[in-house]
This record gives sequence, C-alpha cells and structure tokens, in this order.
Amino acid sequence: MSLDPVPLLQQLMLVLAAAALFTSFVLLEQARLVSAIHAFAWQGVLVALVTLLVAISGGYTHLFFSATLTLCLKALLIPWMLHRLVRRLELDRHSEPLQRPALVTMAALALVLFSYWLVLPIVQQELMFTRNIVAVSLAIVLIGLLMMVARQQAVAQVLGFMSMENGLFLAAVSATGGMPLIVELGVAFDVLVAMVLFGVFFFQIRASIDTLDVDRMNRLTEQGDEP
Amino acid sequence: MMPALYLTLAAPLAGALLLAIVRRLDVAGWLNTLVCAVSLFATLALATGVARHGVVAGAGFRVDAFNVYLLVLTAFVGLTTSIFSRPYMRHVCDSGRTNARGMRLYHVMFQAFLFTMLLALSTDNLGVLWVAVEGATLATVLLVSLYRTPEAVEAAWKYFILCGVGIALALFGTVLLYFAAQQVVTDPAGGLTWSVLYAVAPQLQPSIMGLAFVFLLVGYGTKVGLVPMHQWLPDAHSEGPTPMSAVLSGLLLNVALYAVVRLKMLVDGSLAATASPHMAGYLLMGFGLLSFLVAGLFLHRQRDIKRMFSYSSIEHMGLMTFAFGLGGALATFGALLHMLVHSLTKSAIFVTVGHATHISNTQSIDHIRGLIRTQPVVGWGLLLGVAAIAGFPPFGVFTSEFLLLTATMRTQPWFTLALLTGLAVAFAGLFRHLHPMVYGPAPEGQQPVPANMLPVLVHLGLVLWLGISIPAFLAAWLDRATDLITGLHLL
Repeated sequence: MSLDPVPLLQQLMLVLAAAALFTSFVLLEQARLVSAIHAFAWQGVLVALVTLLVAISGGYTHLFFSATLTLCLKALLIPWMLHRLVRRLELDRHSEPLQRPALVTMAALALVLFSYWLVLPIVQQELMFTRNIVAVSLAIVLIGLLMMVARQQAVAQVLGFMSMENGLFLAAVSATGGMPLIVELGVAFDVLVAMVLFGVFFFQIRASIDTLDVDRMNRLTEQGDEP
Repeated sequence: MMPALYLTLAAPLAGALLLAIVRRLDVAGWLNTLVCAVSLFATLALATGVARHGVVAGAGFRVDAFNVYLLVLTAFVGLTTSIFSRPYMRHVCDSGRTNARGMRLYHVMFQAFLFTMLLALSTDNLGVLWVAVEGATLATVLLVSLYRTPEAVEAAWKYFILCGVGIALALFGTVLLYFAAQQVVTDPAGGLTWSVLYAVAPQLQPSIMGLAFVFLLVGYGTKVGLVPMHQWLPDAHSEGPTPMSAVLSGLLLNVALYAVVRLKMLVDGSLAATASPHMAGYLLMGFGLLSFLVAGLFLHRQRDIKRMFSYSSIEHMGLMTFAFGLGGALATFGALLHMLVHSLTKSAIFVTVGHATHISNTQSIDHIRGLIRTQPVVGWGLLLGVAAIAGFPPFGVFTSEFLLLTATMRTQPWFTLALLTGLAVAFAGLFRHLHPMVYGPAPEGQQPVPANMLPVLVHLGLVLWLGISIPAFLAAWLDRATDLITGLHLL
C-alpha cells in the first residue's frame, strides 16, 4: 500500500472508520450486555460522524439528512430500546464471558485481513481511499456475523445483527456517497421494524425456554420430532 | 396501464391496514379473500397491458414479460390460498391454537406479505427490491411463531436470524453494484435502476460486478433456500400455519430466484468480454445442483410431513437455479415454466397437507394413515399432488423437467446423469412416505374434516392443462421472457 498523501478530511474519515471497527472488537469481547449496548451506541455515533464528513467533503446535501437519521436511529433509538428491553428482562447485571476468547479474536483478525484481500480487485489508484474504507466496512459486517455465531445470548446476537447494518451503511456512505434516498429510508424502516420484532421475540423466547440462551433451542433437528 | 399497477400494489397495502382494525373474524376472512381478488384482477389488467405494449414502465416501476407472469402467479396463488385459509384458520382458532389477536395478526401479515412480494416483482430499483425482500421476512416471521410452541418460536428465531444475515450480505452486494454503477452512470438516482444498469452493463467494471454477484447470490440464495443456506426453510415451513407454508413455498422462493436471475443478467453483460464470461452461470449451476441432490437425499429422512415437502421445494428451487445457470433458450424456457408449475403444485400440496394434518391431528408422517379411506378427496388430492410434483407424465412438472433434461443433454451431457439420479432419489423419497399415508387402514375414530378442495382442484387442473398443451398465449409470453433473459427465441 502506498503512502501517498491523503487529504486531511479523508484521513479523519479513515481514523473514524477504524475506530468503528475497533468498537466492533469491543462488542465482540464485551461480557456485560449493558456495556455492549453502549459500545454499539458509540459505533452508531462514529458511523454518523463519517456520514457527516462525507457530506461536507463531497457536498452531498442529502447525506446531512442520512447522518441525522443514523444518529437518531443507531446511536439513540435502538440502543435505548435495547436498554429498556434488557431492564424489563432483568438482564442488566447479566454477564457472560465469551467462550474461547483467543480463538474468536484470532478469527476476527483473520476476517479483517480477508476483507482487505477481498477488495483487492478495486485496483485503480484514485480509488485507494474507497478501497480502504470498503475493506473496513466489510470487516465490520463480517465481525457482526462472527458475533452472531460466537454468542449464544439472544440480545448479543441482535447487537451483532445491528452492527452488521452499521457496516453496510458505512460502506454505502463512504464508497458511493449514500444510496438513493428512497432506498435509505426503506432500509432504515426495515431495521426499525426488525428491532421491534426482535423485542417481541425476546419475550416469546423467554416464555418458551425460560432463558435467552438460544443454544438451548435445539428441538428442531433433521430427524424431526420424536413421536 | 399505470393505474392497474398502482391498484395491484395498493390493494394488499390497503387490505393490510383495513384488516388491522376489523375485529370480526368472519368479516376479516372474507375481506382477505376480496382484497386478493381485487389484486388478481389488477394484475390481469396489467398483463393485458404488457401483452399490448411490451413494457409498462414509469415512476420507478417496470413490468415486462419476465415479471408480469410472476405477478399474475403471485396474485393468483394469494387468492386461492386466502380461499383455503378462511375456513382453515377458523378451524385453527376454534381448536385453541391461536386467539382472536393471532388471527388479526395473521390476516394483516398475509396481506403485508403479498404487498412485499408484488412490490419486489414490479419495482425497477434494486434497492427497493432489497427492502421488499427483507420486508417479506419481517412480515412472515411473526406468523411462523403464531402458535407459540417452543418449536415454533425456535423456528421463527432461526428464520429471522439466518434470513437477516443472508439479506444483509445481499445489501453489501447491492452497495458494491451501486459503486460499480457510479463509475458509469452519471445520474446518482439512476445508479440502482435495473433498466438503466442493463443498458450500460457492458461498461460496468467486471471485477467489482463479480464480487458483488457473489454477495448477492449468497444473500438472495438464502431466501431461495439454496444449500447450504437452507437451514431456516424446513423449520419455518413445518412450524408456521399451513397457508403460510403454501405462500412461502409457492411465492417467496420464486421472488428470491427472480431477483437472482435479474442480477445475473447484469453480471453476464458486464463479464461478457472477460476471460470468464459464464462465472455467474457456473455459480448458479453449482449451488443449484448441490441443493437439488442434497434435498433429494434429505427427503428420505423426514418424519414431519410439512418438513418433507419443504425439502421438496428446496429440491425444485435447486433444479430451477441450475437451469437458469445453464442458460440458453431451452433451459431458460423450461425453468420459467417450472417456476409456474412448481408454485401451483406445491401450494396445492400444502393446502391438502393442511387438511390431512387436521384429519389425523398430527404432522408426524408415522401417524398419518389411511387418508383415502377416511376422506377420499383429501387422500386422492395428496396422491395426485405428489404424483404431479414428482414429475409424472400428464402433469406440467413433467413437461418442464423434460425440457430441462433435453437442454442439459444438449449443452452439458454429463450433468444429465446427476439430474436423473436426483430425480429418481427424490421420487423414491416422496413415495416411500406417501404410500402408507394415503393407503392402508385408517386408525380408529379418525373423522373427516370440512375441507375446501376447490383451490387444489383448480391448481392441479391448471398443472394438468399445462402438461397436456401449453396455451399459445402463455407459450408466447414465456418465449418473450426467455428472449429478455437470454436474447434468444425458442419458438
């Protein structure tokens, strides 16, 4: 990778994106649910800041709106909803250390490298900045995916899902200057509805298996139900 | 023709809102059917418009020969399923498996689901397509857990998480696609419009498009039910209410496959001049063949009747994916026909299975016995439905599978062997379970249930008709769709 001078604004964006990637690692390792929700909120703030910087540097007016939307949705509303759910489910003191932390961290690091390798086809020099930030976003998406696999707790899985959405949004904003407004609104609507449904499911899951440890849900197997 | 298009979309949307406030159960059931009928009427009007003008486009929508037949099919299966579901869900409610609130949720979500399907098919914007397909998950996920049993909640959670992840990967693919488009298309709003992208496909940067397609295929492929992303499908089908299984198998899988084919058209255009012009096709063939063979084997191990037929859906979706990947006029024509007959047959089977499970009060294959003796119409319906889906000659599935085999023989002869083996394995898997269920003595005290077999009769009748002679207008229609996808005419 060459070290050609990158405009200051772009450097700042890269630093913020890297910080968002760092919060992904924090999310992955965090044992306490409440702290994990806070980390997720910070990630939302960082993504909103990147959006704001892209809006300023590229002069995309509609991105100011997107930045506000992201801040409200990802940094305030969804963390608040999760916080409330966790309190109502009496999980505020719940803490569950990651099983095999070393292995999971190594896997997350491997995913970051893999993301950089995957974006290699974007070769043109003028796209160097884009390549970097797409790799970072892809890494956030994949670490969110890893989190959904590595965690057995339903709330933690939802956090993984939501941080995947953050990564996707970061990719859309930084690589393409944001999707068309109608699409962005549609995606935000879907995410919000998904969050409401997740809340409904927390209660349904707890009512059916008395815990939110989704690893205990193992009634459906290939053999079908025993008669 | 735009009013017809707007009506197509407005009817289910208005229906969903209206059904949210209707409290009377019998009214809601009839209203549900009525809204579906309006929707079907609108799509038929739209179809005549497309037949006359070729393409109906505007305001971000685009209906051409390819999606119009799927629109009609979606509205049609929606209508017949709503006719079936009215007494069926009434029976479910009376038996105490759900309550009045659950019924209202069911009706609202049924219409919301149809709305997302119709929107996904008619939109010209790939971003809106994504939003609609994700919306379909959100609309159906609460229905999968409608009965609130531990199994149902587990199935719904699995469905939610797996499809959520899959569809998130598809969004990443869409972002990459938009990124590639921005290097070519100057108007940023047009960067996700399929018709604009299709016109400039050869200029899109192949390396990015290839990468985008992998993400899109994995993403939408999860919804198609391609192995190994299929895990949610049997669970969601077996635990949800039966009308839901009918529309999931008959409609959702088709729409997801439709999305994949549309995207393949873009990627093929972009990769045409590179060293690997058929990359997308090979990927589809690989995933398709794997799903086809694996699902056929899994058919043998099933003990739950709805689970078994959901594996049969995976098998058929795999076959269609393989055929679209194979490309060429004959294979594409066969795949389009197969989409049609599979939807009709599979939703008819699920309707029959719904009645069969009410007769024997269980979904366990080991405990469903003597259907023909207890209620001949249900027993025969199941027998004929399975004969149709297994590809017996007079039915339409035979025709489309025959076309697909012929196409494979012409271009990739060795794959014919795999396909024939898969068909035989699936056939054996279906019939070894079917035989004791329909024949044999009925258990003591097994009573017939009030069954509405009209949808089954209509569906199987249509499949039979398509098997004996495809009407000229439909053949011309499919031929135009084939021309659109491959650039070649079959007829």
